[in-house]
Amino acid sequence: MVREKVGLPPFQALIDAHWRDVARLARAMAGQDGDDVAQRAWEKAYAAYPALTSAKNLRSWLLTITARCATDVHRARKPQRPLDEAPPVAVDGPEAAAWPDPDLWRAVNELPERQRFAITLKYVGDLDHHGVAAALDTTPAASRRLVSDALATLRTNLGVHDD
Amino acid sequence: MTDLESRLTRLDLPDLRPPVLPDADVAYTLHDTPIGTMLLAITHGRVVASSFDDEETMTTRLARAVSPRVLRQPRPLDDVRRQLDEYLFGDRRAFDVEVDLVLATPFQRLVLNDLPTHTSYGATTTYGAVASDIDKPKAARAVGTALGANPVCVVLPCHRVVGASGALTGYAGGLDAKRFLLNLEAKS
Repeated sequence: MVREKVGLPPFQALIDAHWRDVARLARAMAGQDGDDVAQRAWEKAYAAYPALTSAKNLRSWLLTITARCATDVHRARKPQRPLDEAPPVAVDGPEAAAWPDPDLWRAVNELPERQRFAITLKYVGDLDHHGVAAALDTTPAASRRLVSDALATLRTNLGVHDD
Repeated sequence: MTDLESRLTRLDLPDLRPPVLPDADVAYTLHDTPIGTMLLAITHGRVVASSFDDEETMTTRLARAVSPRVLRQPRPLDDVRRQLDEYLFGDRRAFDVEVDLVLATPFQRLVLNDLPTHTSYGATTTYGAVASDIDKPKAARAVGTALGANPVCVVLPCHRVVGASGALTGYAGGLDAKRFLLNLEAKS
């Protein structure tokens, strides 16, 4: 039996507080595979939880695991897909009507993978650049650039000028 | 935040599903009873909590004392809930469950461990008598405090212990609950 030393909250409190955020992020990153990604992320988090040495930033920790699971699933199922090509997401499938703002998300899906993941982590996951960087195994500066480039491309492709 | 950024934050998707996880290190459920909502918890097949305390307080205590992998999972508690319901409807006199007093202090364990043998269904005893039973005859007040902190209420029958005058003193579930339990046992 693991003895808790760092004041970790009961795991159920994490689920109650964050399961919707994890599910939204997983769907946004992995489309139709999103539910599987979210389930896998929770299983990984549950297995790793007792060994955590800090109770800080647990939401960021969960979303990082989710992002990594989304990346793993995407690459495992599409090994022949170039890494810069986005996978198909539910907005192009039969669920299109269920996605709010489908034009926007179709344009997001057309972004290179790392830009798409960065922008999703920042705005759907509500992570700061340090959180985005951790989830993508990069630096905060690089994550800032990815988001900035993604926004510029979206503005161009959507004909939006809101600076 | 620009309008485009705001649009990106507004992704409200339908039919999101919470995760399904394996059996928890500590499984708990909230159970409605005639004496109030009780939090029941089990670990490795042993009951660790049967409490009137609120969910956040109890799950936090369980996370620190047992394991942080505490989940709301009713199924492992089916038998405990069934026995509790049978007891509260007068159809059961004793519980056939193993108890783990990990939430109790060493002195509380001393008081609570043998409580079912120091008391009997339908009868009351006093704090002083329990103190004598555990060879601490001067510790009646400490016994009262220990019983008041019983983490496994009803299953370990601290409600059967009253003041020397017969007065119903404190009870974690409130005096109405204590009165209900004693009346139930007296009638059955």
